[in-house]
Amino acid sequence: MKEMGYDSCINKRKTRSEIEDSDAERTCSVMINELRDPKLREGNIRIPSGCAIAAVISREGKKMTGEKIAESMKPMRDRSNGLGGGFAGYGIYPEYRDYYALHIFFDDNEARKECEKYLKERFDIVWAEEMQVRKIPEITDEPLIWRYFVAPLQSLMRSMQVDEREYVVRAVTAVNLKIDGAYVFSSGKNMGVFKAVGYPEDVGRFYRLEEYEGYCWTAHGRYPTNTPGWWGGAHPFALLDWTVVHNGEISSYDANRRFIEMFGYKCTLQTDTEVITYIADYLCRRQGLTLREAAAVMAAPFWSTIAKKPPLDKEQYMYLRQVFPSLLVTGPFSIVLGFEGGLMALNDRLKLRSMVVGEKDDKVFVASEEAAIRVMEPNAENIFAPAGGEPVIVNVREGAF
Amino acid sequence: MKINAGKLNYRELNQWLRDTKEDCDIVDCRGQRFIAAGRKGGKITISGTPGNALGAYLDGTRLEVMGNAQDAVGDTMNDGTIIIHGNVGDAAGYAMRGGSLYVKGNAGYRAGVHMKAYGDKFPVMVIGGRTGSFLGEYLAGGVIVVLGLHNDGKRIVHYFPCTGMHGGKVFLRSDCSTVDFPDKVHVASATPEDLEEIRPYVEEYVRLFGGDAETLMKGPFTVVTPDSSNPYRQLYVTN
Repeated sequence: MKEMGYDSCINKRKTRSEIEDSDAERTCSVMINELRDPKLREGNIRIPSGCAIAAVISREGKKMTGEKIAESMKPMRDRSNGLGGGFAGYGIYPEYRDYYALHIFFDDNEARKECEKYLKERFDIVWAEEMQVRKIPEITDEPLIWRYFVAPLQSLMRSMQVDEREYVVRAVTAVNLKIDGAYVFSSGKNMGVFKAVGYPEDVGRFYRLEEYEGYCWTAHGRYPTNTPGWWGGAHPFALLDWTVVHNGEISSYDANRRFIEMFGYKCTLQTDTEVITYIADYLCRRQGLTLREAAAVMAAPFWSTIAKKPPLDKEQYMYLRQVFPSLLVTGPFSIVLGFEGGLMALNDRLKLRSMVVGEKDDKVFVASEEAAIRVMEPNAENIFAPAGGEPVIVNVREGAF
Repeated sequence: MKINAGKLNYRELNQWLRDTKEDCDIVDCRGQRFIAAGRKGGKITISGTPGNALGAYLDGTRLEVMGNAQDAVGDTMNDGTIIIHGNVGDAAGYAMRGGSLYVKGNAGYRAGVHMKAYGDKFPVMVIGGRTGSFLGEYLAGGVIVVLGLHNDGKRIVHYFPCTGMHGGKVFLRSDCSTVDFPDKVHVASATPEDLEEIRPYVEEYVRLFGGDAETLMKGPFTVVTPDSSNPYRQLYVTN
């Protein structure tokens, strides 16, 4: 139901003089019910109203349950408003580590059947299940939430002459674009996204995150600024093992979207953060840039700053700005980009959003507020705030994940 | 009065504060916002991590934080003293119009953005370490002193300091040879008269956090003031 019933309401209002009062009341209740409609999508309504992000990673690949990261969101509760919360966990499916884990929201069983038919034509589905969630009063109106572990059909993949990751990206994009009522919100190996409408700590309980163990977790509490909260619009936004949690508002969204859609990506969720995920995939996977280079594209220094860099740096920054001008992300943002074996934290070049980093032993913590880091590790050390456009990249020791 | 803030949300904590005129000792602080907003008189000490907008609109209280503080410390404060035994986040002293803010360590971006002075109101901010970009942005009044006592090898101030400055003074304890200032401010070595102006603030810093005032006063100090012969007026419509 991607088109809202406003038109029909307006039509009804036009004929109000011709109808009985009771009908008018009914019209009114129709409108109210539509506003409550859980299927209400982005872009149909504007809520005038920041966000909270957090992450923890073990450089030694040591496993942590999702409890701590959910706890860390509590002191930042007032940064979100209950219209979206979510987590990404890495290393959580070791028994299926060679399969792509698809997490999918379905509006109904019809959408699920149609989607499964599509998937079966393209993948070996080695496991499918409805996700076990905890029913709690704080989380309501949930869609059907399913999890699949899949392997691409080799014959089809060869005939398409694409590699495995590209194959998965195309299938995910196609489902999100073409199958009404189906949204693949997680599609990486040995990782998963868990998101919902609600406060993040409740979302954590809903998905039973205490039962998962990962070497890296990211988290988000949403306070939507331009669009209503719905399940697909919650963060993290994910494609393959890339996930993005974002606090901010991207002024360049449409310029970025127009560019990235030329390369087969489709922004179906109409939330600015989605495009950052595709930019990361495009720059790092398809163009082969390093994370540091990708950061220099997305949060490029000002020309006046580049002009004063040492010659080699200057040349590189100029090159990146000139080749990818449409991927400069402007407006306020602090993001954590998660991926297999690491994460990158990045602020916009003007640093219009707060973000702090701390560490303790093998662990590195990132959060919108220091208080959140202190909840995860009261004795965190070397707390610092990275400069705008200065990426903080943490990699898990090779072989430890 | 001792307040254990561990399980309180920001409303509850601030209600406790509003309900008492006693000096308070807040322990296990966990990101609660707006602590002591608008408070007059007395003393409050805080251990743990206070949340954003600590001491907003503060009106005379002495607030002391035993560790780091987050964003917008002393937002629009009118009177009183805030002492931070650690670092502060972004936008410290935002639109501050009176009182003083002493930070032992570093400050984030936009420290002292749009501080202003009027009549007997004269805000003072002293940062012990370094600051992020946009220090003293749109500064309209008061004094900002940055002592550069950090030891991580970074510059005393990041990019674009004093952008849009049209009043007040910024003192940086550095020759600032590697710092770029906008062409609409006047940058000079501090004169003996300039230095006498900040001596009491440097002495207070040393009294609070230790060190030797005479050594600090040796500088070198760079002083930044708006260039009145090159006013911002020309950037906007003339009327």
